[in-house]
Amino acid sequence: MSKLANCFVEALGISPEQVTDDLAYQSVPRWDSVGHMALVASIEDAFGVTLDTNDIIAMSTFARAREILQNSGINISAA
Amino acid sequence: MLLNGKVALITGASRGIGRAIAEAFVSHGAAIVIVARSAEIVALADSLRRAGGNVVAVQGDITTDATVRECVNVCRKQFGRLDVLVNNAGVLQQSLLGMIAIEGARELFNANVISTLNLTQVAVRLMKGPASIINISSFAGSHGLPGLSVYSATKAAVSGFTLAAAKELAPRGIRVNAIAPGFIDTEMMRALPQEIFERNAKSIRMGRAGAPLDVANAAVFFGSDLSSYVTGQILGVDGGMQA
Repeated sequence: MSKLANCFVEALGISPEQVTDDLAYQSVPRWDSVGHMALVASIEDAFGVTLDTNDIIAMSTFARAREILQNSGINISAA
Repeated sequence: MLLNGKVALITGASRGIGRAIAEAFVSHGAAIVIVARSAEIVALADSLRRAGGNVVAVQGDITTDATVRECVNVCRKQFGRLDVLVNNAGVLQQSLLGMIAIEGARELFNANVISTLNLTQVAVRLMKGPASIINISSFAGSHGLPGLSVYSATKAAVSGFTLAAAKELAPRGIRVNAIAPGFIDTEMMRALPQEIFERNAKSIRMGRAGAPLDVANAAVFFGSDLSSYVTGQILGVDGGMQA
């Protein structure tokens, strides 16, 4: 499991199998507005970055989160 | 040593109230990240480090996203945590109604309100409760002062933001309080016209202008575990101006 996927598992309390590209905001009980902040904090801690607020608002799926990190110059494949 | 082991981020720390808060936090054992536009911030950090403090300076404009993110990144990379955020940076402009340049008013809201909101929402992601946010409001925010209508409005906004943020963040163990200084003897206040300075000074029931340290002591209280069950409060530090 990738470091990014692990962030989703731990922050949202879901199983690794649930982490797919289509996993979306409000598609699981804990990914609400409060859970979103916990998720972002988990990602920032894991990758040692501080994300742009507009990117955080746009982070609506797992695939989008990966894309945002990559666009921020973070090598998530090495994680 | 009321703040031993805590990491604090203090904005507008190069002089006045912010500088006093920085010095008080170091004297109470906190590691601090201090930010201001002026190069004085680097000299202050050097001075505090020579006195044994664990201090990192960020020279930048807290109204910019870049500086906001740099400040939080420094806390993350240097200390791996953030326990206390002091939103102190602020600007004061004096103009009577009818003579207020709207662009200047927007800049004041940007400096005093939007930057507080912006830094807070980025910083809270690094704050794991128990933690504390201290916003510097003003007596002007609750009472209004002539010639300072825009400044008064910005500080009222800071107080309202404090109350809302306290409700949102309490479940995460993050307390949010504000300090509303009265008439504090700082360079910013001495820049006011003499007439306003004297009118304000006369309204103080304790008979003296406050010192920056008076405000810093309140910030130490809110930053420390002494206030562990206190959130959503606006504390006047004003020598009885509201009494």
